[in-house]
Amino acid sequence: MKVTNKLWIGLAVLILISPIGLILPEVLKAGSAWGEWGLDELKEIVGYVPSGMAKLAELWNAPLPDYAFRGWERASLFHQGLAYVVSAVVGTALVAGITILIGRVLARRER
Amino acid sequence: MHIPDGYLSPQTYAATYAAAVPFWVAASRKLSRSLSVKQVPMLALGAAFTFVIMMFNVPIPGGTTGHAVGSVLVAVLLGPWAACIAVSAALIVQALLFGDGGITCIGANCLNMAVIMPFVGYAVYRFIAGNSDAHSPRRWLGAALGGYVGLNAAALAAGFEFGIQPAIAHDASGHALYAPYSLKVAMTAMAVEHLLVFGIVEAVITGLVVAYIQKTDASLLYGVSTIRKSNRED
Repeated sequence: MKVTNKLWIGLAVLILISPIGLILPEVLKAGSAWGEWGLDELKEIVGYVPSGMAKLAELWNAPLPDYAFRGWERASLFHQGLAYVVSAVVGTALVAGITILIGRVLARRER
Repeated sequence: MHIPDGYLSPQTYAATYAAAVPFWVAASRKLSRSLSVKQVPMLALGAAFTFVIMMFNVPIPGGTTGHAVGSVLVAVLLGPWAACIAVSAALIVQALLFGDGGITCIGANCLNMAVIMPFVGYAVYRFIAGNSDAHSPRRWLGAALGGYVGLNAAALAAGFEFGIQPAIAHDASGHALYAPYSLKVAMTAMAVEHLLVFGIVEAVITGLVVAYIQKTDASLLYGVSTIRKSNRED
């Protein structure tokens, strides 16, 4: 088997076990990454919501916010894990598709 | 390390976009000259890998989370310019589709993780690997150390961008308008957690994948493809 095919399989395995990246921090009570707090969280930490931040923070409504489905914020960890895997599938497919496109356009100009 | 919308002042996000664009242009030019058609699947694999590895949040129990990025791994396989394109693609999809990293901060996040990280990490890799044989342990060792240094360089850059905000924009009462922590606090926080935890995760992942590729098809390493190996099919 070609090495790249083996690596694609490895990638698929990573996608399937990706909920580890969601569940482990939950279980070990680890919070947000440093500097990635939401507005409420930040208010608790520093005592106020920076006014400029408040205006910019909600600028963009991502379709799959934080690798989850909208309205599933209170879903069980199992369901959130499912949404996480779906997000990983959608994301890797899109990223791979875009880079194949970019790669083909650039590589074709080679000769 | 994905800076969200609202943490950077307009001056900063405009400047970081302006700084990132020339790298995207240069990377496209560089690849149009050097990328071969048969490297395209690896480019896609690399980009997809960085996307998914960033979903593996590593917890510091009771504290924060962080993650590996994979930029240096892609740089070792395809060169730092290809890594710039691959990781930028992953970061842009993360911002637009998943709200991971702000859309105003795409420039800054790409500068940190798709420019600074692969170039710094790749320089460390080259320094250690030198002209060693494609199968030399110096290659995976260099890649691991490159991953460690590269991720920390990116974290420091992010810490710097966070840390200059209170000085750039604050109101009469001294409250910051954007990211609230000082340069010292922000850079220390970013440096410590990446030096002690996430950098090690990055090093292990980068070193392991490079060692695996050395074992299976070392000709896939960037810059050693002139050594033609016939074991691509096995």
